Amino acid sequence: MRGSISTTDLAKQFHNVLPKDAVLDKDEQLRPYECDALTAYRQLPRLALLPSKIEEIQAIVKICKEYKIPIVARGAGTSLSGGALPHADGILLNLAKLNKIIEIDVHNRTATVQPGVRNLAISEAAEPHGLYYAPDPSSQIACTIGGNIAENSGGVHCLKYGLTLHNILALKILTVDGEILELGGKNLDSSGFDLLALMIGSEGMLGITLEATVKLLPHPHDRKVLLAAFDQIQKAGDAVNGIISKGVIPAGLEMLDQLTIQATEMYCSPGYPSNAAAILICELDGFDEELETQVQLVKKILIDHQAIEVRVAKDNQEAELFWLGRKASFPALGNLTPDYYCMDGTIPRKHLAHVLESISNLSVKHSLRVANVFHAGDGNLHPVILYDANVPGELETAEKLGGEILELCVEVGGTITGEHGVGVEKLNQMCVQFSDAELNTFHAIKAAFDEDGLLNPGKAIPTLHRCAEFGAMHVHHGKLPHPDIPRF
Amino acid sequence: MSDYRDEITSKLEDAFQQKKALQIKAGSTKQFYGRDIYAEELALTDHTGIIEYEPSELYITARSGTPLREIEQAIAEQHQILPCEPPYFGANATLGGTVACGLAGPRRVNAGSVRDCILGTEILNGKGELLRFGGKVMKNVAGYDVSRLICGALGTLGVLMSVSLRLLPKPACEQTIVLTLDSNAAINKMNLWTNTPMPISATFYDGHDLYIRLSSSLSAIEACKKEIGGESIDEKDIFWTNIKEQTHNFFISDKPLWRISVPPNTETLNISGENAIEWNGALRWHKSDADENSIRTEAERVGGHATLFKGNTTDQVFHPLSKPSMKLHKKLKQVLDPVGILNPGKMFAEL
Repeated sequence: MRGSISTTDLAKQFHNVLPKDAVLDKDEQLRPYECDALTAYRQLPRLALLPSKIEEIQAIVKICKEYKIPIVARGAGTSLSGGALPHADGILLNLAKLNKIIEIDVHNRTATVQPGVRNLAISEAAEPHGLYYAPDPSSQIACTIGGNIAENSGGVHCLKYGLTLHNILALKILTVDGEILELGGKNLDSSGFDLLALMIGSEGMLGITLEATVKLLPHPHDRKVLLAAFDQIQKAGDAVNGIISKGVIPAGLEMLDQLTIQATEMYCSPGYPSNAAAILICELDGFDEELETQVQLVKKILIDHQAIEVRVAKDNQEAELFWLGRKASFPALGNLTPDYYCMDGTIPRKHLAHVLESISNLSVKHSLRVANVFHAGDGNLHPVILYDANVPGELETAEKLGGEILELCVEVGGTITGEHGVGVEKLNQMCVQFSDAELNTFHAIKAAFDEDGLLNPGKAIPTLHRCAEFGAMHVHHGKLPHPDIPRF
Repeated sequence: MSDYRDEITSKLEDAFQQKKALQIKAGSTKQFYGRDIYAEELALTDHTGIIEYEPSELYITARSGTPLREIEQAIAEQHQILPCEPPYFGANATLGGTVACGLAGPRRVNAGSVRDCILGTEILNGKGELLRFGGKVMKNVAGYDVSRLICGALGTLGVLMSVSLRLLPKPACEQTIVLTLDSNAAINKMNLWTNTPMPISATFYDGHDLYIRLSSSLSAIEACKKEIGGESIDEKDIFWTNIKEQTHNFFISDKPLWRISVPPNTETLNISGENAIEWNGALRWHKSDADENSIRTEAERVGGHATLFKGNTTDQVFHPLSKPSMKLHKKLKQVLDPVGILNPGKMFAEL
């Protein structure tokens, strides 16, 4: 179904409302948009549009609504779940040109920005006032706030400072019906339902972000970074629990396994202990006086959990070195393998040791290597499956292995995605995490905002039909899922 | 500790069949909040018990009728707190009522709202179907965030069955200091200090004195006290309990009490009558006989909204919504409560 209009006529419609160079229709112009950071999925859109004004977006949405053309909004295209994958019948709405920082309100500690502003650019603009924007997804140099809102992005420091959800105060949303919704404000709550919470993390399916007001925080007084090495990954997992159960909330608490340590050593030589089966990086921040107490406490906990080595960074330079390997983990692992597939389940921390062991068993079962580098403090795993797409069947095996890891996360009381989103990637696993009634509720919410299903259709929420098909291959808890759905 | 989910479900299924409106009731301590409604009661009072409490995981899951006191006692034994410091407004306050009302206490200012500490909810929709959203882990982006949408919806979108909340370690030490300042100076100072990393966990201004609570290690607090000045007060716990529960002298009054939510650094509002300030300026309490429209207009002028918190229930308790927003509210109500039987009219007449 290509809608009721040819692509040439559609382009003409957009030319009426956009500058000439804002409508891209040639194959070589569309190619850069065929995928986001989940490169295994590719699709060219019919057209890509580059509006630079809110009025242009309104005009685009009006045309799309009239001709029932799907709209996929895109920021920097750094989604790891295919959230910005184009729709074959639709247009790609690139919001990168809407990159103005509208206001830094120092005394209310807010920044009001357009959706195409990069995450890091907000902190850079707030820096002269001693303020910053806390959520820091690893792609923060490139990723945009619009994308962060769509995905409810996390990052290294959300253990202490929260996810995107906790740091957005207001949104100006364009609905597919062309109405502008003002949600939230510089104040701390609003009248009516919490639509702000519903909008954040809705993967671009409920509305288009035109403007966001984010919370800014003062920089912490000081920070200290510790590095601990363990001869068994289980001991590192237990130490994570040990730290948090002693009442310490680190700013960040990260774990790297042996394969990752070796990869980073080859890639950027951060000088991690080479005999370690796992290392933990723990960043603490706070007031001088309280910080030193916490450093001593965490050090003791690490030693009590049989760390074979504990280092406390002497200065910022050494702290950066501790972080270097963690931050370079993904490119480092990329050097070990032609392709990798990064997963994103979250589990209650107490199951860390068990889940890591099970992942290692799944790795053996499918004969693919899996590296683990992740946000240990909040139980957010990033198993990285190493594979070679040129070997027939290896991508499929990697996806199967990844799916089994996510189902394991659900089994221990966790979730299939902690911060990357469902996108096109985890639709099948959504069937494992949610019941038919729950999925129906999601579809009904989608329809309440977008009855024709034009905004990012096919993402995030699987159809019940798809779940039935998936279920046919996948008997969950010994029960045939969706027994009430007719099968063909 | 008892599970009455099946009984509640069957009552709800009947009500759905008969299109019979229900008024959801647990501890009845916050019934004053919202519009008055008259409908058959659906009691959650017996649906109680802590289902899971994992101190090292920093979460607790409990049934909706569980007394808030029971939850706070259990977590206090492990030196943990509910980050949002919710008010009780009476001994029988429950977890369900707390989440349905979404009201946070003094610590809101640095530890987040009730919604911010929700990890997951289990609800019955208006057809009596059991739905689970969110979970027990902080990072969870699977599906739309219905668990947080439910929070503060005053029971109009679903009947809460259980809730998982994120917990925080209890601060090592807390102290309160007091300074005498005029209103605009107090607003200014609160926001200047909040622009620094000082561990300010509560602020209250009564029209004369500014109270500031610091939560951290003893040594850090001492360092901040030097910077802020003022005098320490002794009875810190009682003081903040009185603010939270509105038993402080300011709140004892026959006049209507307005809750006005504004950007924190907003100057003193132009509304007749006495006022008090919380949350670094973001929450203004006004005891005022001024007419409703003038109060709402003043709130809107500064980018905020006004709620008639206590007083003669008018038709409109909450700030009126824009047309597109009300249209969406109605559609969402339709999704979760198709025949409109859950606390109809509690929030807005149209919902």
